[in-house]
Amino acid sequence: MVCPDKYISYMHEYLDGGISVEQERQLKEHLQQCPKCQSHFHELEKTVALLQSTGSLKTSDNFTAKVMESLPKEKRKAGIQRWFRRHPLLTAATLFLVLMMGSMVSSWNQGDEFTVSKQANLVVENNTVIVPEGEVVEGDIVVRNGDIRIEGKVNGNVTVVNGEKYLASVGEVTGEIEEINAVFDWIWYQMKNFFAAIGELFTGAEETKEQSQEVAVFQ
Amino acid sequence: MDGVVKLRIREVLKGDQNAYGEIVELYKDKVFQLCYRMLGNHHEAEDIAQEAFIRAYVNIARFNMELKFSTWIYRIATNLCIDRIRKKKPDFYLDAEVSGTDGLTMYSQVAAETNLPEEDLESIELQEAIQRAISKLPEKYRTVIVLKYIEELSLNEISEILDMPLGTVKTRIHRGRESLRQQLRNV
Ligand SMILES: [Zn+2]
Repeated sequence: MVCPDKYISYMHEYLDGGISVEQERQLKEHLQQCPKCQSHFHELEKTVALLQSTGSLKTSDNFTAKVMESLPKEKRKAGIQRWFRRHPLLTAATLFLVLMMGSMVSSWNQGDEFTVSKQANLVVENNTVIVPEGEVVEGDIVVRNGDIRIEGKVNGNVTVVNGEKYLASVGEVTGEIEEINAVFDWIWYQMKNFFAAIGELFTGAEETKEQSQEVAVFQ
Repeated sequence: MDGVVKLRIREVLKGDQNAYGEIVELYKDKVFQLCYRMLGNHHEAEDIAQEAFIRAYVNIARFNMELKFSTWIYRIATNLCIDRIRKKKPDFYLDAEVSGTDGLTMYSQVAAETNLPEEDLESIELQEAIQRAISKLPEKYRTVIVLKYIEELSLNEISEILDMPLGTVKTRIHRGRESLRQQLRNV
């Protein structure tokens, strides 16, 4: 008697866990009356059991070390990034020092000479320009590397570069008052740049974005 | 585990090579085992397994984060093993005779050195017979059988690793199982 092929397929479906209830019923029924298929089925089960009995194998101890040695050398930037990540306090301290030095260098470069536009009625005391109370100054006043205290009246603009202005309650300026603090502007600019760079170092945002665009699968 | 692995991969992507070492540690035995069962030779298997990890690293930017890392590393390792088997093809028939020999010497050495009791010796012989039978399978059946029974992967995972329809995976497993049945029924 030759058995239909379907029983062999059912056996494999059974072993793969994909057999339907009806097919399983048919298979069982057939196995009960067919010794040939029964032994075929047992042999398959034995094969599976033998395969599953294979013990797990271990690599040699230096496997990982060998792999790591063979990798292409990492980019320098990555090493620096790792250092920053692992030493946040030192990173902050370094950042602070760099900024401090930056501001010192900048004020050094700019020169710290105190100057003021020449006008009548202006009083100068210790790098502070004073518009005395009750006096009127005609024209624009420009102060560099010093402060200005306005107690009287200015008929014009007041510009303070690298210094501060004090406008007393009785003081009056008919034009605009402007403070251009070059050092602080410069530091601010530097800080913004620096934090942007540091932020990128920490997150690697730019780089990851680039790489995540390539999602092709390795063949 | 998958979460940790993805975290490490992100670090690797940022260029942190050390993070890759942890990934290798996690998967090395599984990958080695896959290669060993495919190639039947300890040294070759270790070479190919290392090569697989190196390739995965070099191509890590192309790793699709939607996949499991295991799927990806298995795919690379499987492809490398198949390449290796195909390169050996010209003297395939010569080799066929000795295919399982490395396993044989390895197991026999263990047996000789440690003076094992009777039943362990029997089990060593059995292990040799199983590896010989696997080694005799044509590579397309060997691959699916190893992935299913040695690596204990689901049919869906195997289909993903081999980039092959589920139906094809099933057919190959059935044929592989039939072939092994004939070789192993009398052991
Ligand atoms: Zn039958």
